[in-house]
Amino acid sequence: MITSLAIFAAASVLTPWLTKRLGRRVFPLIALVPAATFVVLLTWLPGVLAGTPVVESVTWIPELDIALSFRMDALALILSLVVTGIGALVLLYCTWYFADDEPALGRFAALLLAFAGVMLGLVTSDDVFVLFTFWEATSVLSYLLIGHYTGRKESRGAALQALTVTTFGGLAMLVGLVLLAVEGGTTSLSELIAHPVTGAAAEWGIALVLVGAISKSALVPFHFWLPAAMAAPTPVSAYLHAAAMVKAGVYLVARLAPGYADLEVWHPIVIALGVLTMLVGGWRALRQYDLKLLLAYGTVSQLGFLVLVTGFGTRDAALAGVALLLAHAMFKATLFLTVGIIDHSAGTRDWRKLSGLGRRMPVITAIAALAAASMAGVPPLLGFVAKEGVLTAFIDATAEGGSIATWAWIALIGSVAGSVLTFAYTARFLWGAFSTKPDVPPTPLHAPGAAIAIAPATLAVGSLVAAFAIGFIEPLLAAYADELPGGHDTHLALWHGLEPALFISLGIFAIGGLLVWGRREVARLQAAVVPMVDSSRGYLGIVSAVDRTAAAVTTAIQSRGLPGYLTIIIAVFIGGLGTATILNSEWPADIRLWDFTSQPFIAFVMCVAAIAAVMVRQRMTAVLLVSVTGYGLVLLFGMSGAPDLALTQALVETIVIVVFVLVLRRLPKQIAQRNPPVHKLARGVIGGLAGLVMGVIGLVALGARIEPTIAGGLPALALEAHGKNIVNVMLVDIRAWDTLGEISVLVAVATGVASLIFVSGRTGGAPRLDDGDLGLDRRDRMRPLPEPASSIRAPRTSLANTDGETDAAGEAASTRQTWLLAGRTISPRNRSILIEVLVRLLFHPAIVVSVFLLFVGHNAPGGGFAGGLLAGLALVARYLAGGRYELGEAAPVDAGRLLGTGLLLAAGTATASLFFGGVPLESAWFETEVPVLGTISIGTSTLFDIGVYLVVVGLVLDILRSLGGEVDRQQEHADDDVDDPEPAPTEGARA
Amino acid sequence: MTGSLTLVVLMAVMFGAGISIMLERSLTRVLIGFLLVGNAVNVLIYLMSGAPGLAPILGEGVDPDEISDPLPQAFVLTAIVINLGITAFMLALIYRSWWLAQLGAKGDLIDDEEEDLHDAEEAADLIRISAADDAAIQEIIEASDEEPDEDLEFEASARDRADGDDRTDREADR
Repeated sequence: MITSLAIFAAASVLTPWLTKRLGRRVFPLIALVPAATFVVLLTWLPGVLAGTPVVESVTWIPELDIALSFRMDALALILSLVVTGIGALVLLYCTWYFADDEPALGRFAALLLAFAGVMLGLVTSDDVFVLFTFWEATSVLSYLLIGHYTGRKESRGAALQALTVTTFGGLAMLVGLVLLAVEGGTTSLSELIAHPVTGAAAEWGIALVLVGAISKSALVPFHFWLPAAMAAPTPVSAYLHAAAMVKAGVYLVARLAPGYADLEVWHPIVIALGVLTMLVGGWRALRQYDLKLLLAYGTVSQLGFLVLVTGFGTRDAALAGVALLLAHAMFKATLFLTVGIIDHSAGTRDWRKLSGLGRRMPVITAIAALAAASMAGVPPLLGFVAKEGVLTAFIDATAEGGSIATWAWIALIGSVAGSVLTFAYTARFLWGAFSTKPDVPPTPLHAPGAAIAIAPATLAVGSLVAAFAIGFIEPLLAAYADELPGGHDTHLALWHGLEPALFISLGIFAIGGLLVWGRREVARLQAAVVPMVDSSRGYLGIVSAVDRTAAAVTTAIQSRGLPGYLTIIIAVFIGGLGTATILNSEWPADIRLWDFTSQPFIAFVMCVAAIAAVMVRQRMTAVLLVSVTGYGLVLLFGMSGAPDLALTQALVETIVIVVFVLVLRRLPKQIAQRNPPVHKLARGVIGGLAGLVMGVIGLVALGARIEPTIAGGLPALALEAHGKNIVNVMLVDIRAWDTLGEISVLVAVATGVASLIFVSGRTGGAPRLDDGDLGLDRRDRMRPLPEPASSIRAPRTSLANTDGETDAAGEAASTRQTWLLAGRTISPRNRSILIEVLVRLLFHPAIVVSVFLLFVGHNAPGGGFAGGLLAGLALVARYLAGGRYELGEAAPVDAGRLLGTGLLLAAGTATASLFFGGVPLESAWFETEVPVLGTISIGTSTLFDIGVYLVVVGLVLDILRSLGGEVDRQQEHADDDVDDPEPAPTEGARA
Repeated sequence: MTGSLTLVVLMAVMFGAGISIMLERSLTRVLIGFLLVGNAVNVLIYLMSGAPGLAPILGEGVDPDEISDPLPQAFVLTAIVINLGITAFMLALIYRSWWLAQLGAKGDLIDDEEEDLHDAEEAADLIRISAADDAAIQEIIEASDEEPDEDLEFEASARDRADGDDRTDREADR
């Protein structure tokens, strides 16, 4: 079973590809999958009849006791044969139903095949949760198949209705299954039925599971989705919505009946809803003009009948029930397939427009007539055999005592009335589809080819043959039915003699005939009776109410913009945590005013800067005020035993200012003020309260801490990790997992920055001088010779238009010796010799120091973060002095590659130990004496730190080339566009 | 466990100032507020070291009992670097939104009311679309129901008439 499911899955995956090659000829090929399964299943028949089900099981989630277990017993085998047999025929039929140029044919074929596999899994799975998984999978596939014509409104609407209703039922069922599985202590379906759960849990559980079953099998009040589902292509209707998927509910009722038919909730749901559905479906079928809708309502009616019979709970009813299930699968699939042929040939399914089909399509007519006769319960067809069995079973049950007799009467009367309707709408179908109507001109036909009749003909003949061969089929049906209580002597047969059931059948035919004869009166009556159960309107009402409420709530809540949301969040913070801190009793025992004398002065300056930042209106001033607080932190950290923090904070603060300047140079100086003064006050109050709460939280947190710090153990751990700088050892060794996560964030951030700024693609480094568009080559640049300004300026047209620069200073500047590689790409007016010389002198030492920081970081202040930031700062200097080409020359690497290498190095260090049988991030060392640096232990943590270093450098480089270089370029473009109407060169394509 | 009241006050002030800036509409101000709040939170974490001591670097003559608690320092160190990353990212966002808004004159202000109106309209559209889908299938299903006294002979014309009536009804509704 698992093998065949795997084959189904694999074939479905391949199908779209095959369809591209074969077109519609893919269908006979993929039909082989269910056909072969059908044959294999037949070979299992003897074993299953002998009472030994085939069982397969693979552990899946042992913690929840869920296993991929499958069990092929008699009931599963009946359903599996239906699913695979009809599946193969329907797939074959598709060959002629579709044209090669049908849109999304590959998807359709794959979904239909996958559905057959999923349905097979559903009826064979023994684990309730695996069953549920398949159950939901059929819902999803049904949604996709109904919505096949994605461009049609009705397809989308119908698909969504089906999905909504069946998944609603599915969720109810899941709750029920969980109840049963927990109460029963097993997830095995066969166990739950062999040893039924009892009590309230069982009642509730079964009721919920039945909700799932009746929603899937389209019983009242969920029946409306099935007629809507007729928007699907006809093969789908024939297979999913007649033969297979809607039988899932019937299957579940049949499956549970042996264990749970005597529960109190069982009969009201199964029998009452079954009878009601049978009548409602039949009543509405009798009204239809559209042949497919007529069949759809007929299916609703028959599904009600099937649930009623299989769920009745006696052995004879169950026997007749599965026979009826078999009969229904065959005749309803046949009828849908013939409607498909009619639709295909005549271009309509409205019988008011059909005339003369009977004479011109005799084969199809004969096929349809056979199937219809089986549906109406006319001898000598399987439908008749089954219906006789049903009536006999109900009649016998009325003779029993107790409540079962009452239910038997209800079931008997209901099914007789339903059968009358069935007979009438069957006649309407046959007459409507095939009769020659005197006043309707013969419908123009274009026949789709005789081969399309193969599938329906096979099924129709099956209905006939099965009726005569019922003696051979019955053992399989009985093998299931014998699980239920009741005598074992009743048999299904075409001829039982002159029994009451036969006379009832005759009566049904007579009254049904009357209904056909009095068609006009019936129609009048139908229109006069207010639609009894019109739950589709209720459904639509609910759906649109939900939609509207959701929209109203969304617009009501989300109408204040970002400040509004933040206000709400912070108000909750103030209210919640404020209350909690006020009620708190853990205040710190004692508190120092300050740690060292200069602390309050530094803090005071920082406070003033922070408050001033709120007041000022210039962006840059505000940024500088914030950086005062940042540099203040450097001092505070540095003076109280945190040199690493001081170092990092200082480097970051500097880079932050530069980055701010890079961006803010393009934005207006003033920060626009649109907030009215009242908001300003409110903001101040909210901010003040938030600060107050935060301060109290700080005090409370200090007071709440009663355990000593873990700092005591850290020195020993650090030494064990060959490091003296505990903070660095924590970062790269003890807490390296965290650091790995943090540098991943940095990589994501760098990628995000570059993606936001570069419009056309973000790979590559900063632009290089020899990329071509500057016309300079490296040799020229390396030669520190004075050159006339004109020769340098000439190729610069793409950067900024300096043709008008004739001032002497500019000339003089441009003939200067070049201190930087790309110095001459900067307009002479913007060059500063002092900066160029400084940068030239400091860059390389800075890089050397950054590497030094990286390697000594394990034992002294420094490490990957600080080293990387310093190297980044050196790049910042190069960029500021020489522009974006200078940056490209200083760091001629792809920033992305740098980030990737760093992350790979760090993650590789983390995982490498796995290959040597260690745990992730396990460290190893190699110690050596290096001049100047002293004793260095090169260990995995060093490699990790190098990874951190590279990521940080990559981050800064990405920031510079995006917010620096690319913004420069965009600005120059904008300026060029203003100066020069000609299109600007497209450097961005390379960037 | 004791701490410095100075640092607590400093943290509270920076936090409050940061929050009140964050509540403004300019994205640059939001970022400035974010930086202040970030610094404040770093101080809060650092505060938890308790009394400061020697730098947590073991060496000759360093008594492990006298060093500062290194754990908050490790937390704060990565937080500082991540602050840098987030700042750069938000600046990129600001630049991008300014760049896109250049056609209009909004600067770096974020939209609110108009956008919400737009959202509401979009939601209404979605509802209309799904309702239209449902209505389409409902119409097809109802069209198939037989009407009483609709004689087959006059059926075609009757249907046409009914359609015409429907249409005039609909037009009248509009």
